[in-house]
Amino acid sequence: MAKVTVDIEYCKGCGLCVDFCPQEIMQLETEVITQKGYHPAHCVDQESCTACLNCAMMCPDVAIMIER
Amino acid sequence: MATKTAATATQRNKAEKNPILFERTPALTTAITNYCPGCLHGITQRLVAENLEKLGITGTTVGVSPVGCSVIAYEFYACDMVQAAHGRAPAVATGLKRAHPENTVFTYQGDGDLASIGMAETIHAATRGENITVIFINNAIYGMTGGQMAPTSLPGQVTQTSPYGRDVKTAGYPIRVCELLSSLDGVAFLQRVTVDTPSNVRKAAKAIRKGFEYQRDGLGFSLIEVVSTCPTNWGMTPYAALEWLRENMLPYYPLGVYKDCKAGE
Repeated sequence: MAKVTVDIEYCKGCGLCVDFCPQEIMQLETEVITQKGYHPAHCVDQESCTACLNCAMMCPDVAIMIER
Repeated sequence: MATKTAATATQRNKAEKNPILFERTPALTTAITNYCPGCLHGITQRLVAENLEKLGITGTTVGVSPVGCSVIAYEFYACDMVQAAHGRAPAVATGLKRAHPENTVFTYQGDGDLASIGMAETIHAATRGENITVIFINNAIYGMTGGQMAPTSLPGQVTQTSPYGRDVKTAGYPIRVCELLSSLDGVAFLQRVTVDTPSNVRKAAKAIRKGFEYQRDGLGFSLIEVVSTCPTNWGMTPYAALEWLRENMLPYYPLGVYKDCKAGE
């Protein structure tokens, strides 16, 4: 289990973390709109995270921080 | 590389309750980039910054930003930066490196900048064996100006200025920069990488690190070509653009090491 934090100030809602997450626990928050007008990504199930870092590797905006 | 960065972060935080596995590198500023959502510029930029930090050279590095989408890269890197005229980044970097040989000098250029207007500067800096590192982003299109045909656009590729697809009879063939430069003796290291999957991101990080190490050892010109996407001007979602890259760009631009002066050792 790891803690995935998405900084919504940086997130542009491109969805690459959603596409690359092997556990399929990243989703775009369609209810939230950031200051720049995007739907930011968030982790829906922290318990299932294996800390593979795929989301952080593919995030073009370095918005993701992962803690154990 | 990033996993190793994560390892260092883990060691640093061992005593703490929440060891950080991945965090934003201090070699990037806190500025929000101007790139479109899903643009791979951001990943490449992070890899360059992480390598500067890992090699401990962020404070002694001077980067040269080009004209193109990454024109304001000086806002994003925490090292010193100079902004060059269109295509002239290798010439500016030559001057910087000759005046300050102890500093690390890199340029960060796109395909319209490096392979079109800056082709002469690139080839001559390479053949002179200038001890600089060039990071070359190849996304087969002019991004910032709205999706015109670039020297690297694929045959048949539809762009703003080739609405029926690139016709090789009138527009010629794409330029493969790594193959072109590989015949020059001044070149120390040439590698083509991509950042379409997490494993390829890690390989790209290693290649970029090698470029900086060759410069540190004074071996000569190094260029790392990063095959990249432009979801906005290709008219695709970021993930579909990655698939298009794998299906169309990688067959024309094969990944691999094109020159390595240490290969024989």
